[in-house]
Amino acid sequence: MMIEGFVALYIFMLAAFTGYEVISKVPVILHTPLMSGSNFVHGIVLVGAMVALGHAQTPLEQLIGFVGVLLAAGNAVGGYVVTERMLEMFKSSGKGGQ
Amino acid sequence: MGFVIEVAYFVAAVLFIYGLKKMSSPVTARRGIVWAGVGMLVAVLVTFFQPGLHGVGNYLLMFIAIVIGGGVAWVSGKRVAMTDMPQMIALYNGMGGGAAAAIAGVELVRHEPMTLTVQLIAVLGALIGTVAFSGSLIAFAKLQGLQRKTIRFPNQKFVNMAVFAVAVLFGLIIGLSGTGYSGGLLFVFFLLALSFGVMMTVPIGGADMPVVISLYNALTGLAVGFEGFVLGNPAMMIAGIVVGSAGTLLTQLMAKAMNRSLANVLFSNFGSGGAAVQAGEVSGSLKPIEASDAGVMMAYANKVIIVPGYGMAVAQAQHKIWELTELLGERGVTVKFAIHPVAGRMPGHMNVLLAEAGVPYDMIFDLDEINNEFASADVALVIGANDVVNPVARTNPDSPIYGMPILNADKAQNVIVIKRGQGTGFSGVENALFFEDNTRMLYGDGQKVAGELIQTVKSL
Repeated sequence: MMIEGFVALYIFMLAAFTGYEVISKVPVILHTPLMSGSNFVHGIVLVGAMVALGHAQTPLEQLIGFVGVLLAAGNAVGGYVVTERMLEMFKSSGKGGQ
Repeated sequence: MGFVIEVAYFVAAVLFIYGLKKMSSPVTARRGIVWAGVGMLVAVLVTFFQPGLHGVGNYLLMFIAIVIGGGVAWVSGKRVAMTDMPQMIALYNGMGGGAAAAIAGVELVRHEPMTLTVQLIAVLGALIGTVAFSGSLIAFAKLQGLQRKTIRFPNQKFVNMAVFAVAVLFGLIIGLSGTGYSGGLLFVFFLLALSFGVMMTVPIGGADMPVVISLYNALTGLAVGFEGFVLGNPAMMIAGIVVGSAGTLLTQLMAKAMNRSLANVLFSNFGSGGAAVQAGEVSGSLKPIEASDAGVMMAYANKVIIVPGYGMAVAQAQHKIWELTELLGERGVTVKFAIHPVAGRMPGHMNVLLAEAGVPYDMIFDLDEINNEFASADVALVIGANDVVNPVARTNPDSPIYGMPILNADKAQNVIVIKRGQGTGFSGVENALFFEDNTRMLYGDGQKVAGELIQTVKSL
């Protein structure tokens, strides 16, 4: 799929507003998990890194692509594990403390 | 197959936004991240079937890289201590930035013909991603204690700006020259971007790292969004830009919590702990108290507000503090936790640390929610916090922390401060609170002192 010109601009604009709106009502108590969570979401870069490596033709391209996929996988998996671990701990007193 | 893949990417984008939205409340947050995780899994799985990918070798490399990168991140993420969370977030974020830069690297190394706009965006994403990569690694090193020294030299800002300008110039040449740029030029461009990320982060003090990490998080998002545009992948575009704007907003909120602008954080070198200004007019004396007396005071109070700081977390005292809270609760004392937005090493970090100890989140209150309640509290227990309760921020315009919103612990009937010694806090400013008439100092290691308080309350 090729996205060109104004369509791309519309996507950028709408996504930017979405991000702003989604985050603007988050209480401070969740800022660290949220930062980690948004960190996980840009782990979608893994998809792009896989495509880049999949198209690689020379050893140099393969090397860069390999490093890209390696880093991206770390971003996605690490971001998820850490966020999930933090959120798992939040409990309300209604359900009992421990 | 192409249609299925597009649908999968669409579903992933929806799940990301839905997941982030769910993360705005502690009740639904965990389900939010799980949904986002499902989205990610779907997107990654269908990508193996993308048309145009070729070569058994490439597939094998892909698989190996995912297993190694994902495996290492999984183990490290599971093992890291909650106090070390900020630097782990920085590290994973840096990896994302590096990946975005690598995507641009592959596309540019191939000298593939692109339209002018696409090529410029590829270069821009490469620049931002690389800076986020090397900058995040430095932030990680600083918080991990690997790089303790804050390196500064005269005219540093100008040198940094010059490096950045040259990097942009090289980027422009590459972006505008179609397929006519050389491999050497590319190499120098990436090298310049790498060094700029390092040079920009090195002079920033440790106290400002949270804001910087948040900024790099936003930048990585942006880079990912740009590379998504280059690859024509709408899921990457949307996820990247959503994180880019969300991260920008988070960065602003964090800077605001410290009453500073982003420019101030990046270029002014506050929080270095160097030659800090001493507030000369602090008068009065430090009045020590025994743990047994402090315990009695709290046990017979109606309302106690606990102000925890990073010192508590380092002493691993949060579990004991929660035990104390439960004991007080059984005696009918109302206990609340007051959290300053920048308590800990990252905004909201203290909430995570308390949550780890089992403190329910509805006992934890933000600065705005609780500041008016201190006046009606019998005891404010300050443990391991310093600058965030310093009334000088309200009263002394000469102080470096003047104007920073603080918790009004000094308004409580009695203030008990648990502290190891008489030193100053992170900013190096003397704390006027400690010298006030209603303040008593309880010296000792946080965990040990909390244990003594528990014993006292139990024996009553």
